[in-house]
Amino acid sequence: MDQFTLNLLVVGATFALYIGIAIWARAGSTSEFYAAGRGVHPVVNGMATGADWMSAASFISMAGLIAFGGYATSSYLMGWTGGYVLLALLLAPYLRKFGKFTVPEFIGDRFYSPTARLVAVVCLITASITYVIGQMTGVGVAFSRFLELDNTTGLLIGAAIVFAYAVLGGMKGVTYTQVAQYCVLITAYTIPAVFISLQLTGHAIPGIGLFGNDVASGEPLLTRLNQVVTDLGFADYTAQDGTPSSVINMVLFTFSLMIGTAGLPHVIIRFFTVPRVADARWSAGWALVFIALLYLTAPAVGAMARLNLVDTIYPNGVAEEPIEYASRPDWMTNWEKTGLLKFEDKNGDGRIQWYNDANSTFDADVATPRGWKGSELTVNRDIIVLANPEIAQLPGWVLAIVAAGGLAAALSTAAGLLLAISSSVSHDLIKGQLNPGISEKGELLWARISMAVAIGVATYLGLNPPGFAAQTVALAFGLAAASIFPALMMGIFVKRINNKGAVAGMVSGLLFTLVYIFMHKGWFFIAGTNQFPDTIQGSLLGIQSTAIGSIGALVNFVVAYFVSNATEEPPQEIQDLVESIRVPKGAGAAAIDH
Amino acid sequence: MADNSSNNAYWQANLNIIKVCLAIWALVSFGFGILLRPLLKGIPVGGTDLGFWFAQQGSILVFLAIIFFYAWRVNKLDAEHGVEE
Repeated sequence: MDQFTLNLLVVGATFALYIGIAIWARAGSTSEFYAAGRGVHPVVNGMATGADWMSAASFISMAGLIAFGGYATSSYLMGWTGGYVLLALLLAPYLRKFGKFTVPEFIGDRFYSPTARLVAVVCLITASITYVIGQMTGVGVAFSRFLELDNTTGLLIGAAIVFAYAVLGGMKGVTYTQVAQYCVLITAYTIPAVFISLQLTGHAIPGIGLFGNDVASGEPLLTRLNQVVTDLGFADYTAQDGTPSSVINMVLFTFSLMIGTAGLPHVIIRFFTVPRVADARWSAGWALVFIALLYLTAPAVGAMARLNLVDTIYPNGVAEEPIEYASRPDWMTNWEKTGLLKFEDKNGDGRIQWYNDANSTFDADVATPRGWKGSELTVNRDIIVLANPEIAQLPGWVLAIVAAGGLAAALSTAAGLLLAISSSVSHDLIKGQLNPGISEKGELLWARISMAVAIGVATYLGLNPPGFAAQTVALAFGLAAASIFPALMMGIFVKRINNKGAVAGMVSGLLFTLVYIFMHKGWFFIAGTNQFPDTIQGSLLGIQSTAIGSIGALVNFVVAYFVSNATEEPPQEIQDLVESIRVPKGAGAAAIDH
Repeated sequence: MADNSSNNAYWQANLNIIKVCLAIWALVSFGFGILLRPLLKGIPVGGTDLGFWFAQQGSILVFLAIIFFYAWRVNKLDAEHGVEE
């Protein structure tokens, strides 16, 4: 059986499974549509949260980022997992106790302010839409590489699948498909990683293999990796840039990712689906167990792929001649077709010289004497995970599972985001603002209509991605970190915060973050309109725009605190509300609100 | 910046547990993983040092332990104060 048929069979089987679940898990009420009837077991919810959270970026891009960035990229590992500690300790149990359906609903009720709710809706929709574009383009890429379909057809098939289970099943359908998608994506991620770790280090657990000994040379894997990359003029893999400004930026960037993670609405609403407050606490832990399986593996995948790549190009060691272009392995030929891997024979010797030609000392001391005229290989870091099974010469069925895994990661996150958007539109905008008297049936219909519209918008943006798509991830995290997380946390922990303080805090945190990102990335991401370069030295405050969410959150906290203390206390019923969400007792009653 | 207006023993006990958990959370990630890494240079782990291990593996493992400890401890606290569901 050829690779194409194999890919088609495995991907087709997973899609049939998702559709089957969709038909089984139809939603009959708004409670089922928004919160799966609050009957999801905490372990099941944890698994669904894992699939919800781990996007095309986690699955496809992260290991590649680590492979080429080394120690400095640890921010992603700590940031995207550390946020769950904040979620478990500071938000999830209390929001579950509150017992409503959306994040803006909590903000609107706690700060007794439709304005606050509206600001939250705007943040939620902006953050979720920017995030969903990346998922839809990821679906298109995976289809075109593995099923040889053109981008548009692939995207439309993906959209149709999401439509089927998200519109029919709402949160209930999404939850159970996400469980299936988690199983597919984690299998796809770990199988190649385990094989490669066994080949290189003899350890079956990649996270242990990363710190084990390289079988071929007998010295630690990371020692050998540092050796070969520095021998090619690249930065030392494990070294830390110890300059104070760089250390501070790493701390702030990690912190931004953590509070951004804890403030992303599509993750928070997953904790509304469990039966009890105690379950929300356990469920956050289970979510992190399932996420950690991938996140503990990713740094090993990155480091081992980098080493394998160097060894492929320099089979006799970096001091010897690299391989001839004519005898390159098949996987390189395959990826050259996609344009994500490029070779240009600059010195005309028919061999692939790959080194850091931006390093002028190395260029003068090593490259020029060896007759090298520039690095001849360009590798897009996004191919690392997808090409990994081919680089390690694993059988064809592994590659087929990786294709299905990439699609599962993108589809599950897209569905979660679309659900957050549609419930916010139907519940916060239509029921909350435009038509409060709407019947349950009418609201359910609107929830389905807004879901269908959201899928349409996301598909359109996936087909015609705005040029700034890649930049917008910083925006999504910045907004969640600077506006949503502080508002939720203060709503629970600081009783004195009133409506004026909350709105002033959210708006100032939001504006500060938005303006800072625009001043460094260009206004509305239009290239060339930025006032400052987006580097540590050149930036306005010495902080890169990706790390500014931390400062935005601080602005939000400080403004909310001082404005609240300068104005009147919140009314007694709001103070009672805060008291009631602080204790688990009575959560069952709070959940029955219609 | 938590306020003390909720002066009951349950909430205070909960806040104390949260403070300890977050102190450990910050120590392993921002501390061992980034700021204190130079101090851990002398402890070798598989070709690099303990700080690198914390940044790429250890912090995640400790995060897991913190969340499960918190869930266990506070669920017990609920029962002690009779505020469980």
